[in-house]
Amino acid sequence: MHQTAQQSLRQFAKANEIIDKHGPEPAHLINILQDIQEEYRYLPEEILFYVATAMDISPAKVFGVATFYEDFSLDPKGKYVIKVCDGTACHVKKSTEILDTLRRELALSEEKPTTNDMLFTVEVVSCIGACGLAPAIVINDKVYARVTPGLTVDLLNRIREDEASR
Amino acid sequence: MKIISMQDYNRLSDLCARALDNQQIKVLVSADTAGFAVGALEVYHKLHELIREQGLLADLDLHQQKTGIGLKKGGCFGCFEGGPLVNILPHDYLYQEVKEEDCAEIVQTTLIEGKPIERLLFKRDGVIYKSQDEIPYYKKQLKLVLGNCGKIDAESIEEYIAQGGYRGLAKCVYEMTPEQVCQTISDSKLRGRGGGGFPAGRKWESVRRQNADKKYVICNGDEGDPGAFMDRCIMEGDPHAVIEGMVIGGYASGANYGYIYVRAEYPLAVARLQKAINQAREYGFLGENILSTGFNFDLKISKGAGAFVCGEGSALQESIQGKRGVPRVRPPRTVERGLWEKPTLLNNVETFANVPYIILKGPEWFVSIGSPNNSGTKAFALAGNVRDSGLIEVPMGTTFGEVVFEIGGGVPDGRRFKAVQIGGPSGGCLTEAHLDLPIDFDSLDEVGAMMGSGGMVVIDDRSCMVEVARFFMSFTQKESCGKCVPCREGTKRMLEIMERIVDGKGSEDDLAILEDLSGTVRLGSLCGLGKSAANPILSTLRYFKDEYISHVREKKCPAGVCKKLSTYVIMAETCKGCAKCKKICPAQAIEGVVKNPFAIIQEKCVKCGVCLETCPFNAIREA
Repeated sequence: MHQTAQQSLRQFAKANEIIDKHGPEPAHLINILQDIQEEYRYLPEEILFYVATAMDISPAKVFGVATFYEDFSLDPKGKYVIKVCDGTACHVKKSTEILDTLRRELALSEEKPTTNDMLFTVEVVSCIGACGLAPAIVINDKVYARVTPGLTVDLLNRIREDEASR
Repeated sequence: MKIISMQDYNRLSDLCARALDNQQIKVLVSADTAGFAVGALEVYHKLHELIREQGLLADLDLHQQKTGIGLKKGGCFGCFEGGPLVNILPHDYLYQEVKEEDCAEIVQTTLIEGKPIERLLFKRDGVIYKSQDEIPYYKKQLKLVLGNCGKIDAESIEEYIAQGGYRGLAKCVYEMTPEQVCQTISDSKLRGRGGGGFPAGRKWESVRRQNADKKYVICNGDEGDPGAFMDRCIMEGDPHAVIEGMVIGGYASGANYGYIYVRAEYPLAVARLQKAINQAREYGFLGENILSTGFNFDLKISKGAGAFVCGEGSALQESIQGKRGVPRVRPPRTVERGLWEKPTLLNNVETFANVPYIILKGPEWFVSIGSPNNSGTKAFALAGNVRDSGLIEVPMGTTFGEVVFEIGGGVPDGRRFKAVQIGGPSGGCLTEAHLDLPIDFDSLDEVGAMMGSGGMVVIDDRSCMVEVARFFMSFTQKESCGKCVPCREGTKRMLEIMERIVDGKGSEDDLAILEDLSGTVRLGSLCGLGKSAANPILSTLRYFKDEYISHVREKKCPAGVCKKLSTYVIMAETCKGCAKCKKICPAQAIEGVVKNPFAIIQEKCVKCGVCLETCPFNAIREA
């Protein structure tokens, strides 16, 4: 993707603000990356290089941390991030069927988690700690309890309708 | 208003208690993550609007004498079934599945006229329960550390103080020396609730004895075990108890700074803790010159970023320091050289939350609860195939049978109880034969399971134990940080074998290899994650060997879960020949002529099961 110089400058300004807020000490790297991900919705590569330079640590360190933790994503995510909980309780209550349904409906797979229109990303998370509500899914931080394959399809359709009417 | 003396504290606590008394009726909405998922916040707002319209709303106010109805966001009530839940005190009515439409009736009938609404009350087997305490799920429990959860407003420090909150801290800093505090914790025989069960008092004393310019207190709130949510409930429902426990820990060990490491999946816990920290600072329970004694202690929340291994002490410390969360070689131990190479007191959420009660009520009281050498209570997250799931707390030494059948109400849908998985991916499975086993650190250790942090997942006969073991292995393999070879490579190979077995390609030799590899991984791994990685496999091999044998010898899955081991057949006599299955089959494995029975070509079938779900006549069955 071609970017104008002005666009990229604006991008780095936001990263700068975040680094200033926490301070450039290496101990704050995780907090900084969390805020950057919140702002950009993922960790863009050029921003990671920028963070390394600004904090005076090696890019390898920054990428090391960024790739170690599950929450960080180096790929852009869809507008709706659907997290399917596969904790023990959800697993024994057949969360796999929910995941299969979502992937089938959206033509996604483990290797391809985001739809081409960038609307949906489907992820598996280990446990959201809502085991009493199993099986549970989270769509953009809202927890849905006791979902079924049918309900999952309803939720997708509702989002699609919302988006279409926009 | 900062507290400067014991008299001052007593005045504040009286003021808080009186303000609470002014709320003649208290309405608690189950406002935790689980409650929010089913609409508790909407119910809260609706009730708020309606009670205010009636002019009856009385917020907790220390300086006004206004009486009325108090509406509160309580933490987890315990039981997850039937939410959102509303508890009304002093009547102790428990309403379940409350919707916004029900709120007007609740205000009129219950809050104004004082009568219960029968259709909303908790029902079980034809019995309507008028009070929460009578419900079997609650009756068998003993709530100490969860005593405030769901009973007080989780966002109000005044309510916590009214219940005796921060009195333990005041007692410590005004009346006890750090040595005496450590001794009290030792005498209580409190053991770390995070899994290992290490005596907390010994840890506290070790840190206290260290000579260092700086020391730290860390609270491990990285509750990563799939199937566990006790710590989330405590942090969301009674955040001040955790903070008070940590400040006491700081005073006892000589530390002036602390971190609460909370996993990123718990945004509500982070928000509630942050609010609580700010409130505690205002009253002088936290920050500089605590309670005007010259003791300084402050806290920061450190948010995790999604790595299970960070629940391990040394990995957690790396993560707080902004690095990859990788465990390190010990010694030196955390108590000697932990965070930033300084002596560090590390306990988990539930352990710290027990501390204020032990200080207030004394170690003798704590020892009188539970079983010998396992004093106090333990919170468990009861989930899976059990009728009533949720957060429970029982005295140590309660049996599995009591928990599963008396509190949890047994296995639903007429299915048969098969196993309890305890301790998450580091724990093991227990069977029917263990239903009389007392739940405590030592008993669990003896049968090859472990307490872990307290996740308890009930499994019925619809689950395949081999598949459950594979599930845990895949979890551990994914979460292995990769630092040491036995764990990184061993878990990978074990997972491959498990996948082979559930795919019907395993052999009996594989079982021997599994056992052998398990031993290697246990002995050769650096941290607890690796050392215990094989537990789920070892314990299922021990208690459910017949299921493994069926998979490798007969290539059959007795529970019918392992897809690759099942065959789908169309029953010719029931099939109407509608062709729905043929259209949906992704492998084009179904053939036939419309209005005649169809058939599945087994060689082509990928065993996805879609045809079975699709068939409107139930003519397809799994064999």
